[in-house]
Amino acid sequence: MKRGLEGPAPEERPTPAGRRNKQGIRIDPEVEATHEPRRTVISALVAHEPGVLSDVSGLFSRRQFNIESLTVGPTEDEDRARITIVVEEPDPGIDQVEKQLRKLVPVISVRELEPDAMRRELALVKVDAADPASVSAVADMYDATAVDSSPETATFEITGSRQKIEAAVETFSQFGIREISRTGLTAMARGTDQTAGADLTAQPADEANYSDATQPADDD
Amino acid sequence: MSERAAKVTPAEDEQDDDQITDSATPDAATADTTATDAASEETTDPVTTGAESVVRALENAGVEYAFGVQGGAIMPVYDALYDSDIRHVTMAHEQGAAHAADAYGIVSGEPGVCLATSGPGATNLVTGIADADMDSDPLLALTGQVSTDFVGNDAFQETDTTGVTTPITKDNTFASDSDRVGSDVSEAFALASEGRPGPTLVDLPKDVTNGETDREPDEPKTPDTYHVQEQADPEIVAAAADRIENASRPVMLLGGGVIKGEASEACREFAVEHEIPVITTMPGIGAFPEDHELSLEMAGMHGTGYANMAITHCDTLIGIGTRFDDRLTGGIETFAPDAEVIHVDIDPAEISKNIHADYPLVGDAETVVEQLADAVDESPAAKKWRAQCQQWKSDYSMAYEAPEDAPVQPEFVVEALDEATSDQAIVTTGVGQHQMWAAQYWTYTEPRTWVSSHGLGTMGYGLPAAIGARLAADDDQEVVCVDGDGSFLMTLQGLSVAVRENLDITVAVLNNEYIGMVRQWQDAFFEGRHAASDYNWMPEFDKLAEAFGACGFRIDDYDDVADTIEEALAYDGPSVIDVHIDPDANVYPMVPSGGDNGQFALTEDQL
Ligand SMILES: Cc1ncc(C[n+]2csc(CCOP(=O)(O)OP(=O)(O)O)c2C)c(N)n1
Repeated sequence: MKRGLEGPAPEERPTPAGRRNKQGIRIDPEVEATHEPRRTVISALVAHEPGVLSDVSGLFSRRQFNIESLTVGPTEDEDRARITIVVEEPDPGIDQVEKQLRKLVPVISVRELEPDAMRRELALVKVDAADPASVSAVADMYDATAVDSSPETATFEITGSRQKIEAAVETFSQFGIREISRTGLTAMARGTDQTAGADLTAQPADEANYSDATQPADDD
Repeated sequence: MSERAAKVTPAEDEQDDDQITDSATPDAATADTTATDAASEETTDPVTTGAESVVRALENAGVEYAFGVQGGAIMPVYDALYDSDIRHVTMAHEQGAAHAADAYGIVSGEPGVCLATSGPGATNLVTGIADADMDSDPLLALTGQVSTDFVGNDAFQETDTTGVTTPITKDNTFASDSDRVGSDVSEAFALASEGRPGPTLVDLPKDVTNGETDREPDEPKTPDTYHVQEQADPEIVAAAADRIENASRPVMLLGGGVIKGEASEACREFAVEHEIPVITTMPGIGAFPEDHELSLEMAGMHGTGYANMAITHCDTLIGIGTRFDDRLTGGIETFAPDAEVIHVDIDPAEISKNIHADYPLVGDAETVVEQLADAVDESPAAKKWRAQCQQWKSDYSMAYEAPEDAPVQPEFVVEALDEATSDQAIVTTGVGQHQMWAAQYWTYTEPRTWVSSHGLGTMGYGLPAAIGARLAADDDQEVVCVDGDGSFLMTLQGLSVAVRENLDITVAVLNNEYIGMVRQWQDAFFEGRHAASDYNWMPEFDKLAEAFGACGFRIDDYDDVADTIEEALAYDGPSVIDVHIDPDANVYPMVPSGGDNGQFALTEDQL
């Protein structure tokens, strides 16, 4: 008895020439195009209610989005919180991050910030204070504020861009660093440009994706 | 007088006795109106507890059935249900409650409701909720929870249910306020079906449902932060229409969203008017009549050869309400590689998630298809392409051999069942080979007649789904569960429910004494080493059915097939046919996972 079905075998069938890349985009197979990841800041305005942070962080882990940092804090409106997320993904991935975030019911609006957005981190750095004069000279260089000192240690608060904090940490390391505690990044759009406000909710996700539509200027 | 009315809380006991009317809601603020209302109407008694407002929310939403199992933390809700017209169907296992509610939602289009107690009750629902989530089925789960002052203390039967279900629900809520709990349920009900449907859950701590309240729930309405875009961008619609007019090899790919969005009719009209060949995904089965000339049936891993040829070679793919799941696409690199993709979906996140959309059309499927219909003036010149598709239909026909002296072939049984039932008959399935045969060899012509577990692939889905489908279906619609022996064994305790409720369903167990799909893969990819897939210890399902009080039948050879099926269908109540099929039968065509759809295997040698 016959097992299986009849019909031309695989090698007798025509096959199309085209190919898609891993992101499902049609490509010229000769020029194998892939999107490189880039680092960007996404800001989300969310309902200030229990569980929203775990909704967001859970979304990131189960969808395997490459997350660098995530911070959350209250806003001018007590019913709203702002979540700032640094992600590193290829462009289609960043697009997915935004869309998936927007799908969460407590999420009010989501946007990717322009590269010129204000970005700040805070670090507390506890160093050995055997040489107080040199330590304080380094602190001055980075506008670090002393927040605690003891005969053996000095603790500084540094705010600024990630690069600045990294440079400060690097310079402080000559004295011996005992402990570092850093926040993630928080950010805000410049001037009258709104970071992620209620009016952005309806931003049509399809347009941003439409190949003929112009990409937003913040796509660096 | 109801029992509930006699049970007043101590605070209420202190009320003036003559204000306590027959239907007893002796809340001081509302007692006056109660007296008059009770005389005229039975359903307008004001609520007095959180649990009553939960039930009121369900009543307001028009809920007819709820499926569940009792338990400590959910008892207040059951107590309130006791007085309601909502029919509670007690299931034998909470997984069955979730599947029954899920199937109810698929067939009726309205969210199915399931209930469970805290802890094990809630965790038993999890599989069913995850199943509904993967298939975007509207489902509302209500779970009991320990009292709020015990939460977090590992109290008896405590589980972090909202935590456990966050990844598998569209939204979930921990109800923390007796005054709000009814509105929480209303909102969850509305959310389950609005936009892209999905499961929602409300976790109900016992003190919250027991707590006093006179707050009536708000009407079912989604929260302000939830937005659904109905209409697609007209500019992209125009561009897509242009693309369709100029297509030379167009296909429509209809997914489950077409059925959920009630867009089947609009899609049929569009396809027929412009003579575009139509493929469905597995969840899209029924969106287009499979006996229509333009139908190429289902594509994907076990899709027809002709559907897979057409999808591989098309130049314009109009995907509607599909999420381009990997069982459909096979390897992304080789999926419709020459096609410009028009993608219609209500969920923006589905656009370009797996397959890049050249023409993203976010919106309600029916609305957008109508937009497209208005925008397309000229039909594509695709005569040659249609001829090619017909050629593929005959090249790769779904024929099988069924010699008299060989064991019964499963395809034959599926076809015989199809023949014996009407076009309106509803088919539910378990997961495995039988599910694929039921998809391939039954000719579906109507939406909401195919009820199966697609995204999660949950064995044990078939019987509880048949229970839910039966209660949602019209009386003259037959409900047939095509099951596998392994799948049936997972939830067959549901037979007790079907017998108790006298549900007219027919279960055909395609019994190969294997978990056959696994055996098929072992033969293909593990050198025939049948590790733990040989189930030759199966019970006699016909006798088991009789033990439950159902009607049992058995088929061993071809002579029995037609008559037995007829008898089983005629039986007014649950019947089970233990169909002993060829244990070596396999499902073809087959695209190995991640493979090229155009390279489907027709025999084992081609794998
Ligand atoms: C709950 C669950 N466990 C395991 C599997 C893996 N699985 C997929 S198909 C299959 C075999 C199903 O066997 P049976 O129900 O007898 O159907 P058949 O393939 O023989 O028709 C198994 C074990 C699954 N899909 N679901």
